[in-house]
Amino acid sequence: MSDTPVIGVLALQGDVREHLVALAAAGAAARAVRRPEELAEVDGLVLPGGESTTISKLAGLFGVLEPLRARVREGLPVYGTCAGMILLADKILDPRSGQETVGGIDMIVRRNAFGRQNESFEAAVDVRGVGGGPVEGVFIRAPWVESVGAAAEVLAEHDGHVVAVRQGNALATSFHPELTGDHRVHRLFADTVRANRAAQSL
Amino acid sequence: MSSTLSETQATETGTARVKRGMAEQLKGGVIMDVVTPEQAKIAEDAGAVAVMALERVPADIRKDGGVARMSDPDMIEGIIGAVSIPVMAKSRIGHFVEAQVLQSLGVDYIDESEVLTPADEVNHSDKFAFTTPFVCGATNLGEALRRIAEGAAMIRSKGEAGTGNVVEAVRHLRQIKSGIARLRGCDNNELYAAAKELRAPYELVREVSELGRLPVVLFSAGGVATPADAALMRQLGAEGVFVGSGIFKSGDPARRAAAIVKATTFYDDPKTIADASRDLGEAMVGINCDTLPETERYANRGW
Repeated sequence: MSDTPVIGVLALQGDVREHLVALAAAGAAARAVRRPEELAEVDGLVLPGGESTTISKLAGLFGVLEPLRARVREGLPVYGTCAGMILLADKILDPRSGQETVGGIDMIVRRNAFGRQNESFEAAVDVRGVGGGPVEGVFIRAPWVESVGAAAEVLAEHDGHVVAVRQGNALATSFHPELTGDHRVHRLFADTVRANRAAQSL
Repeated sequence: MSSTLSETQATETGTARVKRGMAEQLKGGVIMDVVTPEQAKIAEDAGAVAVMALERVPADIRKDGGVARMSDPDMIEGIIGAVSIPVMAKSRIGHFVEAQVLQSLGVDYIDESEVLTPADEVNHSDKFAFTTPFVCGATNLGEALRRIAEGAAMIRSKGEAGTGNVVEAVRHLRQIKSGIARLRGCDNNELYAAAKELRAPYELVREVSELGRLPVVLFSAGGVATPADAALMRQLGAEGVFVGSGIFKSGDPARRAAAIVKATTFYDDPKTIADASRDLGEAMVGINCDTLPETERYANRGW
């Protein structure tokens, strides 16, 4: 087994290319995942930014939602940005009727909490576990985390709202590191994937 | 481009990264024209990534004639209130006050669109003056780069809206892509002349030459009516599709909308496209573009 982890990006819709570039820069073999058989081959998975309602609908329609839930329950390392954060939440505060999530992090998220596109913004964010100063946070119609359960660890806040969370092998940010060229958060995730692989091969 | 300094953290809105980044989130998706809140909900339920709120779909604008303008603010707000996905709306080319109004309504993207009657025959709007990002149509690479130079954060092919005929969208996308391929092959000496030929800023021309793509997201628009049309545009290099009249001028809009979404995601899987194409009811009738008089070609608007 080589030391290069295979990390997929759920490629139903959203900013897939940017994540593939960031993962490759973080030392992973990055590939797009749209089907259950592709999901089975990865050591970790990114749920990209996009429209959470669209992505969850397509995931259900194409039969990846259930396999994905099962793998996340088994401890597959996952990282969700923006829409991906919503998909990793156990609960959405204001879901569209019938909107389903993958779950994995004991948190309640509020969609578009920071506002519409006119309110979208950039800000420096200190992220616990990411050294070298704050990351450039790009927040686009971004959600925030209303509350987290005991098992979830808050990694970052902006303006008093939780914007980054980790629970076990699952990581989620309201913002989009993949749009900045700063790959430190992706490296943090790639390290989680490597550690998980090493633990499993013992 | 306002900056507000809170006690702890500085935040900046309306940056290029935030505007272009918004379009990145729409990639792989379908943006649908809707004229009522009910249609907007059908579009959202079908898996649209955004809706374009307008009073009449292009096919009806063609039929009715007259001057086509920005939509009624009440109608746009009704649609904003009905869905949680992003809402776009159209301003006339060069009508920066319509754009100001749309920004004040809180739309997520403004389409400075040739489908409406142009308000200025020389100048497009200065899109850097807005916090709300803009998408603009283009028929070739030079036009796309001129729009980006004016601040457009997303480009779409113009196609020929309201015809249900994909031929012009194919032509425009191929022209944009072949323009990019040509720049890819240029050495540094040739880029200056290429910029002159494209009537576009040298810096943007060099950026495209280096990236091998536009520096903003490229969608297709103007004539997509079937799942196979949508998949065709994606195979030709569009990162997503706008569907205007094709959905709500067809026999079964909800089914067709969902089918076009499916085919856009699995654009390289003929079996899935075949399944998506079954039993959709009637497609919109469509217009043959070669019988369309020059004066009725929307793609000729803008420059």
